Parts: sequence; C-alpha cells; structure tokens
Amino acid sequence: MTASPDTVTQATAERRLNMIEAINEALDIMLTRDPDVVIMGEDVGYFGGVFRATAGLQEKHGKNRVFDTPISECGIIGAAVGMGAYGLRPVPEIQFADYIYPGLDQLISEAARLRYRSAGDYIAPLTVRSPFGGGIFGGQTHSQSPEALFTHVAGLKTVIPATPYDAKGLLIAAIEDNDPVIFFEPKRIYNGPFSGYYDKPVEPWKKHPDSVVPEGYYRIPLGKARHVREGEALTVLTYGTMVHVAQAVCAVKGVDADILDLRTLVPLDIAAIEASVEKTGRVLIVHEATRTSGFGAELSALVTERCFYHLEAPVERVTGFDTPYPHSLDWAYFPGPVRIGEAIDKLLSE
Amino acid sequence: MAESAKPADSNRAGLALHVPEPTYRPGDRVDFAHIEVPPAGAQPRPDESAQPAQMRELAYSLVRVLGDDNLAHGPWNPRLSPDTLRTMLGHMALVRAFDERMFRSQRQGKTSFYMKCTGEEATSVAASMALASDDMVFPSYRQQGILIARGYPLLEMINQIYSNRADKLKGRQLPIMYSSREHSFFSISGNLATQCPQAVGWAMASAIKGDARIAATWVGEGSTAEGDFHAACTFAAVYNAPVILNVINNQWAISSFSGFAGGERTTFAARGLGYGIAALRVDGNDALACFAAAEWAANRARGNHGPTLIEYFTYRAEGHSTSDDPSGYRSAQEREEWPLGDPVARLKNHLIALGEWDKERHAAMDLECAERVKATTKEAEKNGILGHGLHHPFHTMFEDVYENLPWHLEEQAAQAIRERITKFGSERPFG
Repeated sequence: MTASPDTVTQATAERRLNMIEAINEALDIMLTRDPDVVIMGEDVGYFGGVFRATAGLQEKHGKNRVFDTPISECGIIGAAVGMGAYGLRPVPEIQFADYIYPGLDQLISEAARLRYRSAGDYIAPLTVRSPFGGGIFGGQTHSQSPEALFTHVAGLKTVIPATPYDAKGLLIAAIEDNDPVIFFEPKRIYNGPFSGYYDKPVEPWKKHPDSVVPEGYYRIPLGKARHVREGEALTVLTYGTMVHVAQAVCAVKGVDADILDLRTLVPLDIAAIEASVEKTGRVLIVHEATRTSGFGAELSALVTERCFYHLEAPVERVTGFDTPYPHSLDWAYFPGPVRIGEAIDKLLSE
Repeated sequence: MAESAKPADSNRAGLALHVPEPTYRPGDRVDFAHIEVPPAGAQPRPDESAQPAQMRELAYSLVRVLGDDNLAHGPWNPRLSPDTLRTMLGHMALVRAFDERMFRSQRQGKTSFYMKCTGEEATSVAASMALASDDMVFPSYRQQGILIARGYPLLEMINQIYSNRADKLKGRQLPIMYSSREHSFFSISGNLATQCPQAVGWAMASAIKGDARIAATWVGEGSTAEGDFHAACTFAAVYNAPVILNVINNQWAISSFSGFAGGERTTFAARGLGYGIAALRVDGNDALACFAAAEWAANRARGNHGPTLIEYFTYRAEGHSTSDDPSGYRSAQEREEWPLGDPVARLKNHLIALGEWDKERHAAMDLECAERVKATTKEAEKNGILGHGLHHPFHTMFEDVYENLPWHLEEQAAQAIRERITKFGSERPFG
C-alpha cells in the first residue's frame, strides 16, 4: 500500500526527482495555486536556499511572495504568525532545525496556542520547513533531531517525509492545513535514500521506486502512516532517514519485518501501529534523536498501553545517544546497522 | 558557586557591577525635578515622510500639546473638534469606571485577576482613535482602552473576565486577555512582546497584498528587553513595514523600574534610531499629544514611509495587577508628584477651558459611566462568575487545539467527561 490509497493524483507522468526537487515542486505548485502562500527565510530568495529547496521560486513568483529575511528565527516565526492572522499562509524556512530555538516561544506560546486562546478567532496556518538530522558530518549545530520538543506541544503537528513522493504530497497537505505544522526534512536523504552502511557507495534517489513523483498537485493526508514493507516477524516503527536504514538492515539480516514509516508524529496513525503490533507481537522503534524523552518513549508507552497482551517481547528502542552530535564521531553516534541489528537479534531471541 | 575572584592587582582597578536602583523606595519623599518637562508646543512637527535621522531630537525630548493653561499649543495640536474631544474624554472616563468596578469584582471573588490602566488611558484611547477602525492592533495586556474606543461591548469584556458560559473565548484565557477579530483586535498573549513581530508580520502582509490597512502594537517599556521587540524593530526597518510600535513607558514593570530595561542610559524612543526607525517621545498623559503622534505615525505608515516607534512617557498609577501591592517597592508619593498629571483631568480641563464642558457635566458623565458598568456587570453575572459552575461544556476544553480533534484528544475528552460523571453524577453539575 505504498502511498497510493490515501492520495489523490491529478497527473501521471513518470519522472524521478530527488527530495529537494520534490519539495521545490510542492512549493512552486502551492505558490501558483494559492495567492496567500508566501515563503520566507534566511537565503531563500534570490539565492534559492542553502539546500536549493527554493531555487527559482523568487524569480518565478516575485519578491513579494518569496523573500530573504534577517537572521532572526524569532522574527521569522513571529512575523509568520502575524501574516497568518492577516490571512496569508506563510511557509517559513528555518535553515537548520538546530537554529529553530530562538523561534520556540513564537511557535509554542503563539502559533500553537492561537486558535485555542482566541476560540478560533485567529489561526496560525504556518508550515515551518526545516532540514534536520545527521549523518552529514554537520557537528552538533547542524545535525540535531529535535522533533520531540514539538510533538510535546499541544497545537502543533509534526511531519517528517522519507521519500521524494511523500515529501511533495505531505508538504502540500501541510501547507493546506489550517494548523501550524513543523515539517522536518531529513537532510541526509535529500539526494539519496541512505542505507546506513556509510562505508558503501551512496545510492541516488533515481534507483528508488518512491522517487517517481507525478507532476502537478497531489496531497498525502497528515496522520496516515506508510506501510513500507509487509512482514510477520516484527514491527518497525520509524520515520525520516531511519526508514531506509531500518529497511536495509532488515534486508541484510533477512528479517521478515513489518515496517511502518510514520510520516506524521502528531497526529499519529495509531490504528496502523496497533494493527501491525497485533500481527507481529514484537516492536522495534528506531529514531535518530536522543533517547531520553525521545518520541520513541511515547511510541513505546502507546504500544505497551494498547497492545500489551499481543507483545511477545519487551519493546526495543534504537536511538541516538544522549549526547550532543559529535563531529568526528558522527558514525559512532548514528543509530546504524550494528545498533539496529543487535536490537533485532534481541527482539527475535525472546 | 565560583571561588571569589582574585583581587585586582596594583595595575588594574577592581571591577564593579552596576545594579540599577530606583530613585525612590517606600517612605521616601519624592521629587521629580530631574524629569525634564519641556513646555507644550515647543517641539517641531516634521513632515510624515521625514528621514529618522532628520528628527533625532524628537526621540529625546517630549512632544506635548496641552499646556499648564489647559490650552492646546504648537504644531502637534491635532485640532480635534469639541465633539471628538468629548468622545475621547467619554471613552477615557468609561475605561476608568470599568477598571474600578472590575478591580472590585476581583476583590469580591467574582474572578481571579484584573489589571487596571489608571493613568495610562490616553495611550490606548487617544492613540487608537487616530487609527482607522480596521487598522489591526496587537495590544499588550493594559490596552482595554482600545476596545472601549472601538465600541466593543462591555458585556463581552465582563463575560471574558468572569470566564463564564457566555465568554467568547470559552473560559480558556486569563481575565483581560481579550480577542476580537471583528474589532481588528489581536488575541492578547500572556507572554511579553510576542505581539511585536506579529504586528510587523501583519503589516508586511498588508503591504504584500497592496492593502491600505496598517498595524499597531503596544508593549511595556520593561518588555522592550525581550528579543521579540528587537526582532520586530529589525523586521520593521528591513521591510519598511507600515506599522506603529508603541512603547508604554509607565516607569514600572511589576516591581522593576525602567532602569532594568535600560532606561537609565537613554530613552526608549531612542531605541528606534539605532534601527533607522522614526522615533517620537510623547507625553503619554496628554491625550492630544498621544492622538497627534499616533496620527503622524499612521500617516507615515499609510504613505509607505515606514514604521514609527513611539514612546509614551506615562506613569502606572496603580499596581501591576490585582496580585500586586506596589507599596512594597515604591513610594506612594510618586503618583501625586508625577509631573505630567492625570490624563483624564487634563483633557477635562482642556474642554472646560474651551468652554465646551463643565464640572457638572463631567460629574454626570462619571456617574453615568459607573451606572452603565454596574448594570452591565449585573447582566454578565447572569451568565456566571468564575468558579460557580456556569462554564462552557467540558468538551470545549479539547476543541480548537487543532482544527479537528485527533484521536488522542477524542480519547482524553471522553476521559474528562467520565471523570466529571464519576464525581458529580452528571457532566455539568451546576448547569
């Protein structure tokens, strides 16, 4: 059921895009379809973004729609909240997720609370795009995965795509959503689906089936997981870069895994999780973020509360370590094949 | 704790930390002679398209219109009609009567909290009267005068303060954190200065759309220390946004005097100059000066000449809120000695000096305001007061977190309702 049941496809031409191209196309489509969409952020205008996600958009849609901002995440998010109150649909870019913290008060106390505190008088229909995650030798300030800070906030939605096809459809849905959405883009897989075997050659997206991205508008609803692989031996709950790493490790080990790419952490597709766990009885949770109070803890608690009598082994979490992301020891930190492999062995031996 | 630092050696003097201290503390005799009050009418009024650097001195002086003779003086005189002046006075008197009554309601246990704006009425009433009714305002928590000037129903204000079943905000917000899209009044946040970059963003959106509406925001002098204020100034300057940044310098941020926001070093208006924003420092107890400054800034914004930062120099005559007792940190004499007087009295005396008002009519108006507020309070109490059970249904607690309820909130809503039924036998024991 790779993506298709939940999608509305208006165009069918088979083209292969990497994730940056898919994101760029989603932004282009939304700028064209909705005159209230505006894009702003550091270096997003003339230059087209440090990762090129907004390349060509200012030239095509004008400086009133796509523009550079001061280096002030507080100002970017704060202005976006005001623009949303006016009636615009802002899509601010925070250059790296690691830089989002100066904007947190505007996100947590303002954007997330506005609909509630005004009883629907005002809304904050923002989509905050931001590259996140490591495996790129970005050191501690260009590698973090802070999604759990946002999933903990009532009023925010958190979306993380794992393929070009999903990136486009989810981003369009996020922009059209009337709630504030944090859209974290796993930058390690912008250009190819990283397997986690960092000593092996990098694969480009064009060899991956989910790099086929239809032209034109389509959306993937928020809150629906993607069934990456059907299996019986164990359930893998994961998202972002780790979808591909977990998939590769299971393939190498010959494990018949049932792999769910969650795609949206809040709202979470609990029905898909329950169905899978009830089938396999064994659960592996994989994320790159630090372990303590990570989103894996929430997933583990939910599985335990709701599927306890189906479990045949304790839930396993594979995560980053509770340290800052170290520059020289990138691969020692990264939850790669060895860490995942050990957890699988443990789960299957119980 | 760090080991005590090594003492300064013979060649280097020891450093000393300056921790600001207000001039007067409880019991001190107050003398405000050090506050420079220029005569009314003395300040030049530049063209609305002036470059900020051409009007630097206006960030350090004080724009004043109403003189000691109760007449309007100089180029900033907005030349308002007697009818407009009476309307302005009426709004300010109503705000004061409203504050008095709501303060008492809190003391009577009808709500949890209230904040008066006594002494600062002109900075919201007169300043907002200079705007168009559909210009968007992003207030802080002491701008009830804007709602009253815009004709927002008193009944809705009190329903909100009582968090009762008629409260349009469904009992979710602390008292006085109003919101009214219909009145172009943004939802008030309890977090300080967050409204500043939002106002700039709204103004940018208006400019993006080629709209004619402008935005204005109000922030206390203490809150200008927040990063949001500086982000707002940067964005306003960078995009030449059609926005007015009002800083209400009422001297006190709860118990911290303006020195803790940098007020010992320069004026708050002068903050604008560093950003290249036109800046005015205005007698905030002079309703005509407040109106004139706001009108100047609104014209400037509407003419695409950019933002203005206005410091309204005023005095918080009462406590920060019902939870505050200022006698614990400042001299009670400050209020009496404040050199810029009382804004309601000054406007009243101006109208009397013009022959357009008299003491009898003023007394009658005050009585009418008090009666109107009292009657409206009684009306609001029919919808309930805080904690007496006439609240919104429990399910509303879970609505508006998102546009639609996700499964986890549906489950939690069911739990909350179950808990009520377990405790009281029904979901709404009082209503």
